[in-house]
Amino acid sequence: MNDGVVYFEKQKKIYPRSVKGRYRQLKWLAMSVLLGIYYAVPWIRWDRGPHAPNQAVLIDMPARRAYFFNIELWPQEVYFFAGLMVLAAVGLFFVTSLLGRVWCGYACPQTVWTDLFVAVETWIQGDRNARMKLDKSPLSLEKIWKKTLTHALWVVIALCTGGAWVFYFVDAPTLLDQIRHFDVSYMAGSWILGLTASTYIMAGYAREQVCIYMCPYARFQSAMFDKDTLIIGYDRERGDPRGKHKRGDSWEGRGHCIDCTQCVIVCPMGIDIRDGLQMECIACGLCVDACNDVMDKIDLPRGLIRYDTQKNYERRTLAQKTAVLFKSEINLLRPRTFYYIAIMTVISALMLFAFLNRSNVELSVIHDRNPLYVKLSSGDIRNTYTLKIVNKTREDRIFALEIDGLSPREISVAGAGAPQPDNLMVLANSVGTFRVMVVLEAGKAMRHPRHNLRMVVRDQEGFADEMETVFISEGVQ
Amino acid sequence: MSGQELPEKDDITGVETTGHEWDGLKELNNPAPRWWLWVFLVTVIWSVGYWVVYPAWPTFSGATEGTWKWTQYGELKEAQQEIHQRRAKYQDRFHQAALADILADAELYEFARVGGAAAFKENCAACHGTGAAGGRGYPNLNDDDWLWHGKLDEIHETLRVGINSGHDESRISQMPAFGRDGLLTRAQIGDVTEYVHQLHLADKANATPAYTRGQQVYTENCAACHGADGEGDRTLGAPRLNDEVWLWGGDKKSIHNTVTNAHVGVMPAWEGRLSPDTLKALTIYIHSLGGTEPDVPMQNE
Repeated sequence: MNDGVVYFEKQKKIYPRSVKGRYRQLKWLAMSVLLGIYYAVPWIRWDRGPHAPNQAVLIDMPARRAYFFNIELWPQEVYFFAGLMVLAAVGLFFVTSLLGRVWCGYACPQTVWTDLFVAVETWIQGDRNARMKLDKSPLSLEKIWKKTLTHALWVVIALCTGGAWVFYFVDAPTLLDQIRHFDVSYMAGSWILGLTASTYIMAGYAREQVCIYMCPYARFQSAMFDKDTLIIGYDRERGDPRGKHKRGDSWEGRGHCIDCTQCVIVCPMGIDIRDGLQMECIACGLCVDACNDVMDKIDLPRGLIRYDTQKNYERRTLAQKTAVLFKSEINLLRPRTFYYIAIMTVISALMLFAFLNRSNVELSVIHDRNPLYVKLSSGDIRNTYTLKIVNKTREDRIFALEIDGLSPREISVAGAGAPQPDNLMVLANSVGTFRVMVVLEAGKAMRHPRHNLRMVVRDQEGFADEMETVFISEGVQ
Repeated sequence: MSGQELPEKDDITGVETTGHEWDGLKELNNPAPRWWLWVFLVTVIWSVGYWVVYPAWPTFSGATEGTWKWTQYGELKEAQQEIHQRRAKYQDRFHQAALADILADAELYEFARVGGAAAFKENCAACHGTGAAGGRGYPNLNDDDWLWHGKLDEIHETLRVGINSGHDESRISQMPAFGRDGLLTRAQIGDVTEYVHQLHLADKANATPAYTRGQQVYTENCAACHGADGEGDRTLGAPRLNDEVWLWGGDKKSIHNTVTNAHVGVMPAWEGRLSPDTLKALTIYIHSLGGTEPDVPMQNE
């Protein structure tokens, strides 16, 4: 059709200049805390006695257990993970509606590792200009060793990242020993190599492309924005018309922006924040630091680029035009703030309730559905139940079954070795399954087609659980 | 459409639109990232690998085999191999063990019960139902009323030879069609129906003349097989009549019909059709359903 069309756009390499300032400090802090947690947590020990792993945080897939300090979760309790996921999602909405995309700017693994990789780059190859120069320069000994060292360090970091991940799933010291002797299981090995590769590619090369093209959260977070959300913005009213400025010249009739492009040069996403809020902006605040630095040098007040709300930018413009005094207002208590808090409170309360009510012994009862009941030759009615008794303790336990709300003629247990209802043995750290048959006298059974009852299992030390169920008969016909 | 038309440009971004519009929203024609193209090309190359190692291109007699010779059937065989390996741990012990020993061994019992349940659903459920609750003419295997006894060995024997099955050692059970063959008159059948219908009641208050006449008919014609008090005879497969469980219905109309026309149940013999181990597993499964009464021997045993 027409010749100038570009179907595929080449990635423009971004060389962010390093910067000092409040938000940079925050980013360093967030990075060291988060990476510290990530790399250190698998090494915390936690004594659980002889029959359980001694790692504080461990997801033991083959044994189907998750350990978190003094909490031990079974697959039956996977809803706690679901609850955490929901909480994390609503928490993201909450933070985003108040502070904008701070998750993207400070805490997202993609940001943290990219930041770390750029730091390595800067350390070895120098700052923005030196890196650009090095890239343009012809192949030389200096270029070779600088590039090689950078990539080698990246690979080491990536290896540590992949390595740390598997430590959450296997006993860390044992695995480290295996890694040292190149004696790793296929599973652990492929995870380490896979995550090494993805870290190296994503933080070394893909960088801002991940946020722009791959990440769905980056896109839908703008749906949580409103005019009271804190965003990073350029104060157009104060800054424009922009242009070069010589020391000593008057500021009359022009804006405070001297078009030094420092805000563009430090941006890890490669955008110009002066164009307004853009979908690429990850709200890291480095342009704020850069601009404040410049403002200090030319003796103008800070905050030409700042964290502020859309409403304040607009009101300042209005104030300028109508010559009223502008007063910045930040409105944190908005309806959506309370919606998100309410949702998080409800979910947290539910999880807390479930958590406080979990016990080391759990009973579940499944009434046989096929057949619902059996009529015996005496006319008595028999119902069969499958009882599953979860024994999370580290000792074998013998449970006695009681039935409340029904006085059956006979309770028996089907199984090898003629088990008795008052002698249900469940091994330590396992689930015992029993088929329990309850016979109800014809006269009683026929009174109602459905009888409610409660099954209770209790051991001698008082570990107990109960569950409501029904006894079904054909009733009076 | 002439080729001369210039594509529309978006005012704010200055980017061309695709020309598509949905409810006033237009799509910008931004270029896709170059790496996306590379990823796409890599998947294309990857697919060439698939053609080589997996069956891919159709031929007249099927499809190209692929260098890994992978087939679904082969995968199934591998999976079965794995199952066999897992079973092997129990299989030998199970094969050697007597039925009573299996009942005492928790592991073998569970092995047999699970295997038996699967075999039951494949072979037995068509008549006896998936829950073994049976139906009219097909015995409920959960209850304690057995035509041929519910002991382990007897269940196994019934499974092996069947009932009226044509097997050399088949269990044979035959009730005369008293009405159809003219052995009893219509009036006599009405009387005996009245009697049999009340056999299971503890309080036989309705000693009507018909009931008394029916008792006479019962003693002369039915008691030989079904017992003097209707207790049945498990050596003949003659059902117990003084209980609450009825194979062909316990109302007067059904009883009248049974006496008149008789019912002959048939169960196939499974020897030779199922492996001896499967028969054993089925026996344990049926025994586990809760109908057995090993401690209460029948009167005429």
